[in-house]
Amino acid sequence: MAVHGPVVKIHPVVLASIADSYERRNEGASRVIGTLLGTVDKHSVEVTNCFSVPHNESEDEVAVDMEFAKNMYDLHKKVSPTEVIIGWYATGFDITEHSVLIHEYYSREAVNPIHLTVDTALQSSKMNIRAYTSAQMGVPGKTVGVMFTPLSIKYIYYDTEKIGVGLLQRTRDAPNRAKGLTSDLCQVGGAANRVQDMLTTVLAYIEDVLSGKVQADNSVGRFLTDLVSKVPKISAEDFESMLNSNINDLLMVTYLSNLTQAQISLNEKLVVL
Amino acid sequence: MASRKEPTTTPTAPMASTSSGATLDSPVKQIQIEGLVVLKIIKHYQEEGQGSEVVQGVLLGLVVEDRLEITNCFPFPQHTEDDADFDEVQYQMEMMRSLRHVNIDHLHVGWYQSTYYGSFVSRALLDSQFSYQHAIEESVVLVYDPIKTAQGSLSLKAYRLTPKLMEICKEKDFSAEGLKKAMIGFEHMFEEVPIVIKNSHLINVLLWELEDKSTVADKHELLNLSSSNHLEKSLQLLMDRVDDMSQDIVKYNTYSRNLSKQQQQKHQYTQRRQQENAQRQTRGEPPLPEEDISKMFKPPQPPPRMDTLLIAGQINNYCQNVKEFTSQNLGKLFMAEALQGHNS
Repeated sequence: MAVHGPVVKIHPVVLASIADSYERRNEGASRVIGTLLGTVDKHSVEVTNCFSVPHNESEDEVAVDMEFAKNMYDLHKKVSPTEVIIGWYATGFDITEHSVLIHEYYSREAVNPIHLTVDTALQSSKMNIRAYTSAQMGVPGKTVGVMFTPLSIKYIYYDTEKIGVGLLQRTRDAPNRAKGLTSDLCQVGGAANRVQDMLTTVLAYIEDVLSGKVQADNSVGRFLTDLVSKVPKISAEDFESMLNSNINDLLMVTYLSNLTQAQISLNEKLVVL
Repeated sequence: MASRKEPTTTPTAPMASTSSGATLDSPVKQIQIEGLVVLKIIKHYQEEGQGSEVVQGVLLGLVVEDRLEITNCFPFPQHTEDDADFDEVQYQMEMMRSLRHVNIDHLHVGWYQSTYYGSFVSRALLDSQFSYQHAIEESVVLVYDPIKTAQGSLSLKAYRLTPKLMEICKEKDFSAEGLKKAMIGFEHMFEEVPIVIKNSHLINVLLWELEDKSTVADKHELLNLSSSNHLEKSLQLLMDRVDDMSQDIVKYNTYSRNLSKQQQQKHQYTQRRQQENAQRQTRGEPPLPEEDISKMFKPPQPPPRMDTLLIAGQINNYCQNVKEFTSQNLGKLFMAEALQGHNS
């Protein structure tokens, strides 16, 4: 009987934080744990922030610095009072017995905490990100155990976050993993290039369909008609006049700002005289 | 949007500069930011900044040769009115101590602030940046413009005070003569430092994962044509600033006029005195005592020139932004024309 828990929505900030704290872990520690902060909805849990908590793990015992966790949560609360503890995370692939203990601690802090695992060791050559919630299992009255049931994960972004992540994606392709921030017309050029790439892909697909190499798909066809009809059909003179008036506006504003700049530098020279 | 208000407090600079290896003489030539910091700043503004528009926080990192690497950051809570007993220094200390426990770089290297349409050149920013730069040679202020970012491209700039301006702030000499001596123009107040974003390999793996799993398509906000709203607001702010500037100029003009009038009066007074003394001498009476002229004619207070400089710098910034914006829009308009040309 599957337990359908809430959907876990994660912001990329959280994952980047987790990866970063894994990189900075102490010598000898095989994994890192920390607290997840966020908001709870009726059907979903949104994870917006996290911080790592120092802990010691050995074969038969685990020690977590609760004091630290409490302190950090208080500090974070001062900045964003709407965030609450909604669970905890751990790097590493499996769920160990220690996880159960830690989960128990967190169930005291939050109602039905979420447990997130991020496989930073890349065991299956991919970074597996999974979320679980705990459920009681076993025979009531006798041996009661805890089972971790998986939850579905969605990645959500704010608009600005999407743009930030987009920039980071482009950083990934650059040679020494570093990329400067472009400005001005270069950005428009870059965006235009990207659109052009996408159009080439679409064109290649259409060619394939026309020559019979690929089976035509109706839904894709509908999208294509949508795309083509998005370019509005305006009569040539109307468009000319619209374009010209817009260009005039922009040129006037450029002229005025140049004038203002010249004015203030003149003013400065006069004062210094 | 809510009415703007200038930030009343800013993150306090550290008490004593923490040891970061050898102190560098050369200023910072480049800033290297980790993706994590970018995401955190974006998130902080998104969640907490809608009300008062200015969010601030502290940057942590280290200095490597002539590069300033920013590896982490933490936000600063808003200074609310009903939070009288909130101790900012304590918050900062606590945060840094806790971060040290989890091996995060706890060296203060600067601070960040969000801005509204590019209006960040203010006295408050100058003061805090000065105290930061005074304590730590290489600190910078990162200015994040969320509205410009929402339009399609991340707008993050790093500024430092020029050495000349640092000198002036140290002397606290903001009068006209002081500024004239240092030959500071509004272009020489802040220097911009180029930013580079760099990610570790693990973060890159994460980015691959996200791209794989994420189903939302890339939104092309940048190519949006309808952005006259933004232009209007920028121009509005520019006009306000120009008004301020003209008021300032009028004040300065009245001051110089008063000064010259006073000089004339002094001159006339001394002349009259001399004439009278000469007359008295001819009559054989003792000459009148020479009164202290400076006490009689108090020189008018020269207006502070620092504000003018700041306003000029701000106007310059607005103009730059407007020009950047118009050049982008012109490009977009020409693209739209090309698209129409194919259809018609």
